[in-house]
Amino acid sequence: MNLFRNVVFIAAIAGLVAGVVLACMQAYATDPLILQAEVYEKASGGHHHDHAVTPVDTSAMSTASPVPVEVATHAEDEGWAPADGLERFAFNVLANIVSGIGFALILVAVSEFAGGIGNWRQGIFWGLAGFAVFTLAPGLGLPPKLPAMPDSDLFQRQIWWISTVAATAIGLGLLAFRKSLPLAILGVALIVAPHVVGAPQPASFETRIPEGLHHQFVVASTLTRLVFWLVLGAAVAVVRGRFTGAARSLRDSFA
Amino acid sequence: MNTASVSLGASVSSQSRLMQLALAALLGIFVVGFVGFSHIDAVHNAAHDYRHSMAFPCH
Repeated sequence: MNLFRNVVFIAAIAGLVAGVVLACMQAYATDPLILQAEVYEKASGGHHHDHAVTPVDTSAMSTASPVPVEVATHAEDEGWAPADGLERFAFNVLANIVSGIGFALILVAVSEFAGGIGNWRQGIFWGLAGFAVFTLAPGLGLPPKLPAMPDSDLFQRQIWWISTVAATAIGLGLLAFRKSLPLAILGVALIVAPHVVGAPQPASFETRIPEGLHHQFVVASTLTRLVFWLVLGAAVAVVRGRFTGAARSLRDSFA
Repeated sequence: MNTASVSLGASVSSQSRLMQLALAALLGIFVVGFVGFSHIDAVHNAAHDYRHSMAFPCH
């Protein structure tokens, strides 16, 4: 399992670096917009406003228990959450690092199939591919959303997201690594298909969130992820270069 | 064996190489899936801002 160990090692370092960079960019660019949106969310009275409690439910519950309905449903819906401020920020950094390593594992493993990321410029292009697969493609159908914005069924959106990412990845792979016209056409078809099917959309787009705020969030979210992928690709190249360099000087003893 | 030192762990057989890379990719998919897609409330809340910023489908 030496190769596996090497891949995990490279992904851990590159993912940590890119994750920390992304967390810093989010603290500056996207988190303030989320906090702003939460002001509107609290004004509209709850997290899951699209699954709002029906009037029948409220009357039934208020006669049955002395606990205010709002608090009861809130606790039931939300469970534990990090406290605002430092704790919330710390968990955000943690999530960034953990999933940064996850994305790095995918990137390193897939790029090794194609011979590996040899230098930082190749890393940039692998990063662009990751951006196209994980940000651009799913973002066309399901753009970044702020809290308190209406949305369709979560499970259906997750299915569409995963299918779109998979189809786009396979499509890009066919375009880049198969020198055959029919396969290239199939690749384009795979990239287009999820958008012909269409992402699940909410019944109504009505929201209290100002359009300007949402637009700002879409731009910030997309650009921070672009930088994340470029940093990740370049970081993988740098760490991998050190690694293979070391392996060479140590007569392949690492591998 | 000049090419051997350029790729990671080139000394392993191609089948074992395929297995190990697939395993690493699966691990990555699992990690990303857990942080971005888990329906466990505590995980969702801990990574809430992250999910919004990354445009993962969220609540």
